[in-house]
Amino acid sequence: MKKVKLGKTYKLFVLPILICFFAFNTFPLINAVVYSLTDSRGFGDFNWVGFQNYFDMFKDSRILNSYLFTFKFAITATIIVNVISICLAVLLNSKIKGKSFFRGLYFLPNILGGLVVGYVFNFFFTFILPSFGKLIGNEFLSTSLLSNESTAWFAIIICTAWQAIAFNTIIYISGLQTIPGDVYEAAAIDGAGPWQKFWHISFPLIAPFFTINMVLCMKNFLMAFDQIVAMTGGGPNSSTESISYLIYKTGLSGSQFGYQCANSVIYFIVIVLISVFQMKFLNKREVQL
Amino acid sequence: MATIKKKIKNKGNIAVWGRTLLLILLALTIVFPLYMTVIIAFKQPTEMTNDVSGALALPRHFSFQNFIQAIQTTDFFHTIGNSLFITIVTLIVVVIFHSMAAYAIGRKMNKHKSFNFLYLYFISGMFVPFSMLMLPLVKETSIIGIDNKLGLIILYTVFFFPMNLLLYTGYLKNIPLALEEAAYVDGATTWTTFWKVIFPLLKPMHATVIVLTALSVWNDVMTPLVILSGGSGKDTTLPLAQLLFQTQFGTNYNLAFASYLLALVPILILYLFAQKQIINGVVNGSVK
Repeated sequence: MKKVKLGKTYKLFVLPILICFFAFNTFPLINAVVYSLTDSRGFGDFNWVGFQNYFDMFKDSRILNSYLFTFKFAITATIIVNVISICLAVLLNSKIKGKSFFRGLYFLPNILGGLVVGYVFNFFFTFILPSFGKLIGNEFLSTSLLSNESTAWFAIIICTAWQAIAFNTIIYISGLQTIPGDVYEAAAIDGAGPWQKFWHISFPLIAPFFTINMVLCMKNFLMAFDQIVAMTGGGPNSSTESISYLIYKTGLSGSQFGYQCANSVIYFIVIVLISVFQMKFLNKREVQL
Repeated sequence: MATIKKKIKNKGNIAVWGRTLLLILLALTIVFPLYMTVIIAFKQPTEMTNDVSGALALPRHFSFQNFIQAIQTTDFFHTIGNSLFITIVTLIVVVIFHSMAAYAIGRKMNKHKSFNFLYLYFISGMFVPFSMLMLPLVKETSIIGIDNKLGLIILYTVFFFPMNLLLYTGYLKNIPLALEEAAYVDGATTWTTFWKVIFPLLKPMHATVIVLTALSVWNDVMTPLVILSGGSGKDTTLPLAQLLFQTQFGTNYNLAFASYLLALVPILILYLFAQKQIINGVVNGSVK
């Protein structure tokens, strides 16, 4: 093959974005790694401390708790969101009246800002649900779920799921639409019921969409921030501090700049590992029609 | 025979209506938080008694007093102006520069190692969480003096590039090279070929990119929160204002909800008119 010369215009096309990308993505990334080896407070002088920050991190119960919370939150939310989304997608894709109206309505939560939605749910959990609990005489619901260390995380999941289900459902619907109708007809002739049709046809064939949703869900939930700010501010008693929130809170105003940079480096590695693992693992079970 | 067919049809009809009814009931979970927001936003604090009905019953009269107060408290027109400015400029920059760069990379990555490397380099940016860049970025932007609207636009242009690069290069594969070759034969330069031939052909992908970028930029809180923290607050965006004025709302939830509703209304109106385009954009963006 003849080697074609790379035209100057092509280089010029890439140059502006390359400069910006390096300056505001790669450069701060390198900076984070460099700062993670110092005791910088974000301003003034600092000393090199080697890997001390990384050693300290593993003994820091607040950081360990934030990882524990973030994983518990992300895994539970991913499962709940995907199970509900698949059911909803099957329902919305079946024969119903007002199909496009329902699709539009069920997608609505996804376009709203996470922070404001968080504030609305905050009010719901703080005032509406407890007064409803008192009305029906339920002890458990009479106090705010958000003020209780053992339930606050679940209240955040409900709020997050409300928005995420909208997105995942629409992706699953577009997956279900790729399956040709005659596959179901063939299965019906073979005597397959609705349950078998779902497990043996729909579910394997929407596997690529399942992969997309699992990876995106997990990634988004591991980065949870808006809902935490709006609903609990990390409380009660630091029980709902996500990793992002902790880095923001203590790294910017808590004079732990260098230390939280070390945290963010580990956080980055964790996200990369999980994403790569998920894609490898989930790609395996995808089938082609 | 006819009766059996009719029976089957009836049974099918019942199932259709049953499922529709179920969907209506489930939709209450979507509608309820929105209903709550609207109702509380129109009420007066005196109407908010401590029981469920106090918060959820219809207001005695619909007054816009809360909204007028919320507009003044949060400087609504100023913040929505900022949000509109940031979103629109970002979209223009993104569509022009991202499609340009994606075109060059998409067309040349198979023949040139350096462009293949660039492709992988940019795409791997998708894995970098903002939380990791945020601490160094706060310093960097304030040193350069772009801890303002301009800085936000530059950062969004950088952060959304990996995703948009993937979308544009994926779409480019479907555009036959013959078109460009024909343009070259006619003596067109790469520059004019891109703008006259390729850029218009990318239109469906532009729509997807615009929808995805616009939704993320418009609703983003984290980036303005950390980047603008050193500024005077004159660049505050609409969602960020909800966070910053949270303390000023105090226990006046009606005022707070009026402000939340104001923050939600622009995107709700847009969704009402461009629902199909928005849904298509989001689906194309994640499935492709």
